[in-house]
Amino acid sequence: MPEIHIKVSSVEGKAVPIHGNDIDTDQIIPARFMKCVTFDGLGEYAFYDVRYDEQGNLKGHPFDDERYADAGIMIVNSNFGCGSSREHAPQALARCGIRGIIGESYAEIFAGNCTSMGIPAVTLPASDIKQLVTAVEKDPGMTVKIDLAGGVVVAGPNRYHFEIPSAYKQSLVDGSWDSTAVLLANLEDVKKTVESLPYLNGFRRAG
Amino acid sequence: MGRNLFDTVWDLHKVRTLESGQDQLFIGLHMIHEVTSPQAFQMIEERGLKVLHPERTFATVDHIVPTANQERPFQDKLAEEMMQAIENNTKKHGIEFFGLNTDRQGIVHIIGPELGLTQPGLTIACGDSHTSTHGAFGAIGFGIGTSQIRDVLATQCLAISRPRVRKINVTGTLKKGVYAKDIILKIIAELGVNGGIGYAYEYAGETIRGLSMEERMTICNMSIEGGARVGYVSPDETTIEYIKGRPYAPAGEEFERAAEFWRSIASGPDAEYDDVFELDANTLEPMVTWGITPGQAVGVSGRLPRVAELPDEHKEIADKAYAHMGFTEGQEMQGQAIDIAFLGSCTNGRISDLREAAEFLKGKKVSPSVKAFVVPGSKQVARQAEAEGLPEIFTAAGFGWRGAGCSMCLAMNPDKLMWRQICASSSNRNFVGRQGSPTGRTLLMSPVMVAAAAVAGQVVDVRNHIQ
Ligand code: SF4
Repeated sequence: MPEIHIKVSSVEGKAVPIHGNDIDTDQIIPARFMKCVTFDGLGEYAFYDVRYDEQGNLKGHPFDDERYADAGIMIVNSNFGCGSSREHAPQALARCGIRGIIGESYAEIFAGNCTSMGIPAVTLPASDIKQLVTAVEKDPGMTVKIDLAGGVVVAGPNRYHFEIPSAYKQSLVDGSWDSTAVLLANLEDVKKTVESLPYLNGFRRAG
Repeated sequence: MGRNLFDTVWDLHKVRTLESGQDQLFIGLHMIHEVTSPQAFQMIEERGLKVLHPERTFATVDHIVPTANQERPFQDKLAEEMMQAIENNTKKHGIEFFGLNTDRQGIVHIIGPELGLTQPGLTIACGDSHTSTHGAFGAIGFGIGTSQIRDVLATQCLAISRPRVRKINVTGTLKKGVYAKDIILKIIAELGVNGGIGYAYEYAGETIRGLSMEERMTICNMSIEGGARVGYVSPDETTIEYIKGRPYAPAGEEFERAAEFWRSIASGPDAEYDDVFELDANTLEPMVTWGITPGQAVGVSGRLPRVAELPDEHKEIADKAYAHMGFTEGQEMQGQAIDIAFLGSCTNGRISDLREAAEFLKGKKVSPSVKAFVVPGSKQVARQAEAEGLPEIFTAAGFGWRGAGCSMCLAMNPDKLMWRQICASSSNRNFVGRQGSPTGRTLLMSPVMVAAAAVAGQVVDVRNHIQ
């Protein structure tokens, strides 16, 4: 089996701020675009209903703002990615070039999906996010770096200490974020669990 | 101190601690549907892997299924393609598939329990955030992304961090016209849509104990709307009674042994929790959402909040909600006209929901200004309803009677809001665009409140319309 162990120790690039709390995955990728059997074409539909009006005219979303063209880092507020578990959401963002996210907080399934894709989603306090967004809006060309190993976001002269669940950080930095291989390595232990589970043994085991 | 169910069940399924600090957790039951699984099959095939325990995965179709005309091939080519993908994938990998040509098809979170697949003490995963529903049985059910579906297919395991556990203790008696839906909408309004991040919610207390399994499912279902990936209720005699005799439930002597195991895992009276939240059911009234998150809900007799009076962190989303909904600060929800009434979804598309709504609708007529329809959550729910004569009551009242599926809960099928239509809905999400129109509007409420709104043509306090 080909093992994929790509280490993600830092990502950097231009950043694009997306304002608002509780941005749900239905906004990130509306359900009607999930009628697909691959993730390939999702990029063009990211934030579709927030970007286009009903006539198909652009409404002025940051993703369409030339100043943020080619941004690889997204800056968000709190509870980003809430709602549906659809991995289509981070898959769509990734296909728009997003490789790292900095935010106040994330819905759990969304953060897990990002990690499964090798995208770090790190957390800063609201005050730092505000400062960072102000700086980026003032100088959209500035490079923002998520230094995972070092635990800091670097933006111009400023450094912000971020948080990320240690398991996520670890698996990104050591390349085990692609979890299938890690889990497969323990199949012997899985057998033991199977043997001990009451419902897999006619409920004859005490558990 | 005693252990809570969550810790007991987690430890039973923990294979080992991984280097990352996450646990490798064995998944007892894996359910899949057509929207989030095709890419996962593609991923395992690309790596030359097979499905490790095909007998522990079950599949159905729900999201894209048309509810009016289910003839194949579907008119929607993309939907047909997805349908064929799940047919092929399940066939190729030896996975049992409850397709449209079986009498067991339905919304994934409805068929698991009704077939007896969902049992206490299991870990249950599905590529769908409302997998928390299955927690009503004392299982740990959680939604996963497609890469994690790949992991479960290939290894029957997940790499996952253990959450903390918050007990939500509900005491008191529900008043007439107040339902399980109102309990969970109240909890979300109180604790916030992100209050449950990092937690599993255990619903406990005399009020929860007094609820039927279907009512418990409604509550656990919407845990995710409160940010909690997992919600559960400890199993008791109500749980055991519900499971008995279902197609995939243990039978005979094995059932007795199973029941003994199920009783043994319930949280003890002295179980420990990371946090406890108390809710008094005596004070609850029917709830209605007014905004664009499930936490933006008020009691039906109340008034909408004034943005200036809200805590700072809620102001921006409240502004957005008012802009989208077109409501006025301080207005009441009672009297708000509606265009569509939707009864269904994995939150409230079960037989008891349909019975209660039908009971209310007997001898009444849907307002001429409203288009109303009811979508049973599964074929079995539909068959049961037919046996009880419910479709006749619905159609006599002016409700359309449809085939089983997710329908207008998320509008990945022909059932969609149009333009700025406003929908009284028994589903679980009122996000902008959720019901198929970017400018459409959703009011979440209990099924009987939906029925009452359909008849009145506007939001009403159902307590004034029942004896
Ligand atoms: S009914 Fe709605 S919430 Fe439930 S599974 Fe279907 S789309 Fe998801």
